[in-house]
Amino acid sequence: MKSLGQFGSFGGMYVSELLVPVLSDVETAYLDVKNDPAFQKELDRLLSEFAGRPTPLTHAKNLSKAFGCTVLLKREDLLHGGAHKTNNVLGQGLLALRMGRKELIAETGAGQHGTAVAMIGALFGLPVKIFMGSKDIKRQASNVERMHLFGAEVIPVESGSKSLKDAINEALRYWVSHSKETYYVFGTVAGPHPFPTMVADFQRVIGDEARMQCLERFKKLPTVVTACVGGGSNAIGIFKAFLEDKHVKLVGVEPAGEGLETKKHGAALCKGTVGCLHGAISYCLQDNDGQILEAHSLSAGLDYPGVGPEHSFLKDSGRVQYEAVTDQHAVQAFELLSKTEGIIPALESSHAIAQAKKIATSLSKEDILLINISGRGDKDMDQVREYLSSKENLSSSKGAGCLPAVPRLTPKHS
Amino acid sequence: MNNPYADLRANLKRPLFVPFVVIGDPNPKESLAIIKTLIASGADALELGFPFSDPTADGPVIQAADVRALGARTTIDDCFEVLKKVRQDSSIPIGLLVYFNIILQRGIKKFYEDCKACGVTSVLIADLPTEHMHEVSDVAKRNGILQVCIVSELTSEERLKTVLMHADGYLYLVSSPSVTGVKDSVLQESIAALITRVRRNTDPPLFVGFGIHTASDVTSVVKAGADGVIVGSRIVKDIPDLKLIEVACKELRSAISFPSSV
Repeated sequence: MKSLGQFGSFGGMYVSELLVPVLSDVETAYLDVKNDPAFQKELDRLLSEFAGRPTPLTHAKNLSKAFGCTVLLKREDLLHGGAHKTNNVLGQGLLALRMGRKELIAETGAGQHGTAVAMIGALFGLPVKIFMGSKDIKRQASNVERMHLFGAEVIPVESGSKSLKDAINEALRYWVSHSKETYYVFGTVAGPHPFPTMVADFQRVIGDEARMQCLERFKKLPTVVTACVGGGSNAIGIFKAFLEDKHVKLVGVEPAGEGLETKKHGAALCKGTVGCLHGAISYCLQDNDGQILEAHSLSAGLDYPGVGPEHSFLKDSGRVQYEAVTDQHAVQAFELLSKTEGIIPALESSHAIAQAKKIATSLSKEDILLINISGRGDKDMDQVREYLSSKENLSSSKGAGCLPAVPRLTPKHS
Repeated sequence: MNNPYADLRANLKRPLFVPFVVIGDPNPKESLAIIKTLIASGADALELGFPFSDPTADGPVIQAADVRALGARTTIDDCFEVLKKVRQDSSIPIGLLVYFNIILQRGIKKFYEDCKACGVTSVLIADLPTEHMHEVSDVAKRNGILQVCIVSELTSEERLKTVLMHADGYLYLVSSPSVTGVKDSVLQESIAALITRVRRNTDPPLFVGFGIHTASDVTSVVKAGADGVIVGSRIVKDIPDLKLIEVACKELRSAISFPSSV
């Protein structure tokens, strides 16, 4: 290996010896294409022709009025595929082609990354296997259908908690035994080196574009940039361009689920401790023995007990501030952006919008607040409807002091 | 440092039979009885896993064992307790298989001190390649704990040399680059080739593991020139049935003593 991909004391390559030659091949190939103009040209062509880059920077005028500052939205929701994931899978897919690999594999939780990989598998003519927890397969039926439509095989993972982290475990296992012909398209800036560095490089187009668009139109940089953080790839993608602009405040937003004071959240940076998960040292949710805990968030894309190691570094260095937003506030933000701007944000991105609302209270009219809308929210309609109806039931039952809402026409006594 | 594995191999004049189970599977109490059964059924040395929530280097059978152990609320303290009890009436060499986060959370220093106190012979960290091994090697040495490393057919000549600088317990040879669990029959030829390649460079004993299920797998490995045979999934799948475990151990163990009769 040329490097261990460390960010201060975070990151690294904590994997079985058997995986080292496999990762080493990926690192070599990646370093090779990184400065290869032909590769970059092909990637740029696909990003523009296939995926629709550059994505717009929308001046959200109604929200600006409501928030009392200039609100800009980076529209990754308009990227083909419906989320920022496409940036990464196009890059890694091209790399797999370069390496002469015959098959793509990937893990998926909510199904967004799996769908993105299935999509470019179809584009590049490569067969795709998606590892997905059997629990998630049930929860995300429409994404499974999309993967099938693209011709991918979805492999149910029955081990452990049957969700994202187990899908990662299973994909890693498969990779070790099929490494010669297979390329593992990792979905986020977590995992062993070289993934955190490589995925960040493929996602930084978000911030590079947004920074330029903002300067062109407003002749100045934003005061604050905010993005949601699960594994953290969309956030790294937009933050990267602003890291050197010391006066630009960067805020990452984690899922507080049912509340940081409960056990049902996914806030690895805000509430976790430093550990070793999926090949890297980073903050994660774990018990005293080092057993990894299950994360919880209404937003499946943020439902991960770890986080990319670069975020851990940025937290400890103080360059990025990390906050957490509950399911409830995320759903309110989901409705807010839909109603005020006619844009349905992903539940993931809704966390950033909810935090932006809080941030705006300390900003003035001249300030620019840039929010990364990492994906579109059509996929979340069912989830939000279910959430709202269960809350309604809860509050009406509390109010009535009895069991769930019954039509008021029926007499209360029986 | 003296090497109990090498000494035992020299004294017995035959390869060692090394069964593997996860401590705490299905619970700490039964687990102790299972480990005692392994010893009584012909184990020459033990390879024992500490349960971990995300065992990426293990196959489904071992992961299920981890899930059972954690489901029974087995803690790392419990694991060390079981080790102490095993040590009370056996001097058999004991190797641990542990994931790095378990060591990290206990504290590297405390973990190895606890190992020493329980008479552990060696530690194999499933997710710690040589690049990161310096993070533990001094502490391990200070406590007299040997390091076990993994190599496979995919390990390059250059990498092999680095691995050998770190491995002072035994070398864990993987017949095929896979994870533990059910595999097609172990290929004698490829193991023999790997053993020949590694033998040129090294002294520590060579144990072969991964995918060894039948007496004829054991025979292949012995004929290929291994110093030890590690059997995990085959035994773990019989847990918690002590009788079945005993039968499996005896059958596999006898294939080492009488390889030609199989």
